[in-house]
Amino acid sequence: MTDAGTAVLEARDVTKRFAGVTALSGVNFVLRPGESMALMGENGAGKSTLIKVLTGVYQPDEGDLLLAGSKATFARPLDAQKAGVSTIYQEVNLVPLMSVAQNIYLGREPRGRLGLIDFRRMYAEARALLSEYGIQVDVRRPLRTLALGVQQMVALARAVSINANVVIMDEPTSSLEAREVETLFRVIGLLRERGIAIIYVSHRMDEIYRVCETVTVLRDGHVVHVGRLDDLPRVELVSKMLGRSVEKVERGGVTAFRAANESDAPPVLVATDLSRKHQIDGISISIRPGEVVGLGGLLGSGRSETLKGLSGVMQLDRGGVKIDGKSVRSGSVPAAIRAGIVMLPEDRKSEGIVPNLSVRDNIVLAALPKLSKAGFTSRRKQDAVVDVFIKRLHIKVSSPDQIVSELSGGNQQKVMIARWLAMTPKVLLLDEPTRGIDVGAKAEVQSLIDELAHEGLAIVLVSSEVEEVVEGSARVIVLRDGSIETELRGDQVDENALLAALAGGSAS
Amino acid sequence: MTQATVSVSVPSRGSVLAVFQKYGVYFAIVLLLAYNLVATPNFFAIDNFRTQFVQVVPVLIVALGMALVIGTEGIDLSVGAVMALAAAVIPLYVGYGLVPTLLIAILVGAVIGALNGSMVAFIGVQPIVATLAVMVAGRGLALLIANEQLKSVTNPQILALGRDSVLGVPYSVLIAAVLVGAVAILVNRTTFGKQLIAIGGSRRAAELAGLPVKRILLLVYVLAAALAAVAGVIGTARLGASVPSTLGNLIELSAITAVVVGGTPLSGGQVKVLGTLAGALLLQFISATLIKHNVPDAYSQVAQAIIILVAVYIQRGKARVK
Repeated sequence: MTDAGTAVLEARDVTKRFAGVTALSGVNFVLRPGESMALMGENGAGKSTLIKVLTGVYQPDEGDLLLAGSKATFARPLDAQKAGVSTIYQEVNLVPLMSVAQNIYLGREPRGRLGLIDFRRMYAEARALLSEYGIQVDVRRPLRTLALGVQQMVALARAVSINANVVIMDEPTSSLEAREVETLFRVIGLLRERGIAIIYVSHRMDEIYRVCETVTVLRDGHVVHVGRLDDLPRVELVSKMLGRSVEKVERGGVTAFRAANESDAPPVLVATDLSRKHQIDGISISIRPGEVVGLGGLLGSGRSETLKGLSGVMQLDRGGVKIDGKSVRSGSVPAAIRAGIVMLPEDRKSEGIVPNLSVRDNIVLAALPKLSKAGFTSRRKQDAVVDVFIKRLHIKVSSPDQIVSELSGGNQQKVMIARWLAMTPKVLLLDEPTRGIDVGAKAEVQSLIDELAHEGLAIVLVSSEVEEVVEGSARVIVLRDGSIETELRGDQVDENALLAALAGGSAS
Repeated sequence: MTQATVSVSVPSRGSVLAVFQKYGVYFAIVLLLAYNLVATPNFFAIDNFRTQFVQVVPVLIVALGMALVIGTEGIDLSVGAVMALAAAVIPLYVGYGLVPTLLIAILVGAVIGALNGSMVAFIGVQPIVATLAVMVAGRGLALLIANEQLKSVTNPQILALGRDSVLGVPYSVLIAAVLVGAVAILVNRTTFGKQLIAIGGSRRAAELAGLPVKRILLLVYVLAAALAAVAGVIGTARLGASVPSTLGNLIELSAITAVVVGGTPLSGGQVKVLGTLAGALLLQFISATLIKHNVPDAYSQVAQAIIILVAVYIQRGKARVK
């Protein structure tokens, strides 16, 4: 595997740090002509940093990149492109108003006499180039009038015609139709036959196993696995990504959750057939009061999107939500909140807190109309609510007037929970409630979730941490590629079963 | 890569700077007044102060609305054009008396504000672009309505609004004082005020908290334009003539300056009403001081520019903390 003589691209001990945080640590890999390598890893594993290093957006702090055996330095993205490393992103970055042919030959148009662009030749060459990949399209049309999949093919054709040796594809299929995906895969096959190497990043297991030959798994900035994909069962790949062993894992004691109980009360929330193109497809869930339901799934499986669909943040194409039998208007956050569905967003800093406001203002933000009379706020009513929650959730503040951005992550999260509890919700949706908060606060938030459930709140819990989902939930609904893969209940809820379900399908 | 660093910013060394950020505009006023006490004869005469207050009224009223808009991380360049439109409709309705004229002018302002607000809130046009378009079109419309003519206003009630006083306090100053109080209460004591500040602080968070973000934005622009219309009526009353071609020209810049100098950051999330009052007074006192010392008006504009730069520089430190 270390035969550098035939390597088209090689990384040697590549390390990248940001303000003291090591994003990549001694990353090694070898990519040979015609190889297609999957680059796998969960959130924060270092995938996007690695891609940015390979494409010249970032420069490595330590280590080298080798192109065809000799050391390469990319000071900026153009250098990487010139050296033959092209990138296809999920958003096509071409000029939407220009024609297909102009986009392909942008900056290197065929010229005729007098140095004018020879449009006839450009159109003919563009047509020939695209038809090599089986794409029939009027090359004079503006790019934006084409389907997204075709636009991506144009981007690909442009990249390859600029003499690429390596094509990096970052989530190339996330907005493609099934038919377009097939075309893409066919083109990938053609590229590989010509000796072009592919680095393929995707969250979709099925695609990885279809398109890729080898895999490099990143976790916390380290390469934790390199090897061929056909010897690697899916469950093992997933457990390597998550850093969980496939062997029997001792259960319990890791989190602050008590044994979760299943409830048999009638469901408070019934969601049917929640669907949105390219995001989620036909998800149906029902939750009873006092129940904590885990939503399992890898990155990109539709976990967060399901919560967004339930809470009105994301407009749905199809399906709907009922609370206590009554339909909730879909795609409206205020309507969902009125019905009793509230969501703690994943990105606390940009979607949760209002950073420059006080703890008091942040806690009462949603409940303000309830704590006001004829539009005038009442300090007394606000303080009654704020004091209760600061005490109950043990929020550490110097005073309710303290600016919320001065608090630690854990306390900010508690402020967010207080904001929603002040609305006396029926269903609480939690997206990564313990991400980025310290161990002590984490345990507190976990036992709070427990406590709230025991008081009869219905809770949906999304977490990247396997043990949090397993220990916190009475049952776990596992999502994969935007659909429900399976549901684990009772004794089935353990780490092994969850890992197997996350991987999905048969283990090749 | 998501970085889970929680940066806690503590104002350390810059505590002097922090005090300046908070109270700089008041210091500046005190300094300027002290200077005038020594160097400018008759500056402290009651008559002079009455003149200063009367002159600051239009900018102040416009700045109150501007502060609300800036609090939502927006900007409204169309306020001068709204003043012109208000001026243009006065001669048409002046026969009905003061109150109906005032109401119609405010209504015209509100319609223009609704146009601004709809573009910003519902279509998603950037505030500076939307209100720039309305600024140009609005003044044009005002000239069309007025037939590009200056019309003198003779209605005694309207003239009184610009000239008469009660207990020594000019009506226009009284109106401005009431509006300052009303906007201060609106910002600090109402749900609407708290919500508009939250939107300026983080629009996304406000949306996810279920706030009626679009409705609030719409209302903020309506309020700003309605206030500008009031300023237009008062300005016309003072001139004794409807002059849509020049009334409120460049007032948006003075208003923005007053707001920013008064401590409201352009990045939104805060509204300082008293600071805005102080900012408008500071600008007024500066130009009065320069005039009384026979400094040409051009220099006065340069002085204004320097103040803006200093204010924004001090604000920049604050924005970083944020």
